[in-house]
Amino acid sequence: MNAFEQAASTGEQISGPPSQTDYLLDRSFRGIATVCAWFILIIVGLIMGEIGIKAIPAISEYHIGFLTGTTWDVNKQTFGILPEIWGTLYSSILALVIGGFFGITMAIFLTQDFLPAPLALFFRTVVELLAAIPSVVYGFWGIFVVIPFIRPLADWLHTEFSWIPIFSTSLSGPGMLPAALVLSIMILPTIAAVSQDALRLVPYRIKEAAYGLGANRWEVILKVMLPTASTGIFGALVLGFGRALGETMALAMLVGNSNQLSLSLFSPGNTLAALLALNFPEAGEREIPVLMYVALVLLLITFAVNMAGTAIMSLTSNQMKAGK
Amino acid sequence: MSVKNPFDKENEMSIGIPSLERSLFEPRALVSVLLSGGAWITAIIASIPLFSVLYGLVVRGGHRLSLEVFTELPPAGFEEGGGFGNAIVGTLVTVGFGAIISIPIGIMAAIFLAELEPDGKVAFAAKFCAKTLTGLPSILAGVFAYAMVVLTTGTYSAPAAGVALALLMLPTVVLTAEESMRMIPVNMKNAAYGMGCTRSQVIWKIVLPTALPGVLTGVMLAIARAAGETAPLLFTALFSNYWFIENGSAQVMAPIASLSVLIYNFSGMPYENQIELAWTASLVLVLMVLTFNILARVLGRKKV
Repeated sequence: MNAFEQAASTGEQISGPPSQTDYLLDRSFRGIATVCAWFILIIVGLIMGEIGIKAIPAISEYHIGFLTGTTWDVNKQTFGILPEIWGTLYSSILALVIGGFFGITMAIFLTQDFLPAPLALFFRTVVELLAAIPSVVYGFWGIFVVIPFIRPLADWLHTEFSWIPIFSTSLSGPGMLPAALVLSIMILPTIAAVSQDALRLVPYRIKEAAYGLGANRWEVILKVMLPTASTGIFGALVLGFGRALGETMALAMLVGNSNQLSLSLFSPGNTLAALLALNFPEAGEREIPVLMYVALVLLLITFAVNMAGTAIMSLTSNQMKAGK
Repeated sequence: MSVKNPFDKENEMSIGIPSLERSLFEPRALVSVLLSGGAWITAIIASIPLFSVLYGLVVRGGHRLSLEVFTELPPAGFEEGGGFGNAIVGTLVTVGFGAIISIPIGIMAAIFLAELEPDGKVAFAAKFCAKTLTGLPSILAGVFAYAMVVLTTGTYSAPAAGVALALLMLPTVVLTAEESMRMIPVNMKNAAYGMGCTRSQVIWKIVLPTALPGVLTGVMLAIARAAGETAPLLFTALFSNYWFIENGSAQVMAPIASLSVLIYNFSGMPYENQIELAWTASLVLVLMVLTFNILARVLGRKKV
């Protein structure tokens, strides 16, 4: 006989209704939890509001021309961020192409039974560790390892193929290519992790059916798995792109911070996030609203990209659940 | 009408059953082998950066590792020696402020999302916002904390940095805690309700203790991420060449040093001593971050 049975047979009470104090505590506890959930909503609004309001003086002074201007000169009080917008998109797209290729291949490699368990664990740990290293360490490593490493190749490409626009300048040190390379390493774990989830969501019987029809491993991967998981993988790329757009330190250290528009992979450039990182600490009274305007532009771009990514992801998981 | 079985003897010749023997030189088998080789090479290339970073940290950062770097202040321009003890303290203090702000709010919000009204509109919107916040560029967390705290208090400080870091920690804490609270078997909760527990008592006595490993995993991951952040500290904590506790009193409302900002500042300096120290600081920072990551994994492994 356990304690409950004993209590039941002797008529002893082991439970009772909550007391008045219990109810009071319950109410207040739930109240606090509700406030905290609302707090998440409020904080998102607050971020937009705070940055937006602080940017108003600059918006009313420079209007939309701010986005198309090409000079940033504090002394002349002319500000334009077209080179930064270009640099942000250019570096992110380059990183997305490289990181996307490696990330998706890694996801296929890890989910499609290529590896015995211990090796799979090894590569999974590698991807997770890549995500754990702080961006300032990547930036620092980029300066002292990546730039010296790619310089001979960059010099050779520049001397041999300088007529191609993307090789038209020489790599003097920091530049678009090292920045994009390091950036691609940083977004690889995001893309690999989210693509892995998408590939794992594909029902196993679809894969079995394809094998049953006589397809070999890569035919199954390329013609069945990837198309079925394509929405999820697209979502992974969008989230990776969102990360690349907002990444700050590695770019501030590697991109060269020069206000120019260039197609060349080796020329220095600048990005919105790097511009903020470099100018904010020494900004004067007049410059703060302008930088808030920059922050607002970056905020709107990344929020739009991330919301799209999140929406795509929830769409796919619903689709797959419905299909199962 | 009878349907003919395609595998009947008489049909075998007419439709041509492919050979069932696997041949390496059949084009589609060859393509498959080549692609598999390509996948191996890609995976190995993708692993090189990690080992290059770790090699650099151990070889170039390792040889300066001594007690001195943990106890000394950062050297000025041409000075030899020195360390970054104050930066380690600073990182711990700023992350501590971030944790104090984000963990209680995050766990309480997760309770609301997982237990109180999981299917309500507020929960849906809050979850969407939390997911959007995961993608918030860290520099913007800094801009926000600058506008909210630095401009209001008029000084760079550890609490300002804490606000910026809390913003980045919050979504991780909320989303992982919510996930692990949802895993709890409904029978356990119903048993508690049957005993006459109020909802809060069920949360305190059943949900939180059972979900604790998952919640702690999220907290550790958030701390690991925050410890490595630089961008949000640049103009909220700034940097300081002195100790957090000076002359026996804590300098709360003053600029504070951090490992990540120290690495950033030293990386641009032309002095060999500073570069060496930056490598060592990177090693220490990565070890700190990895420690929290491993803690997260060890805690998460204890399944309910």
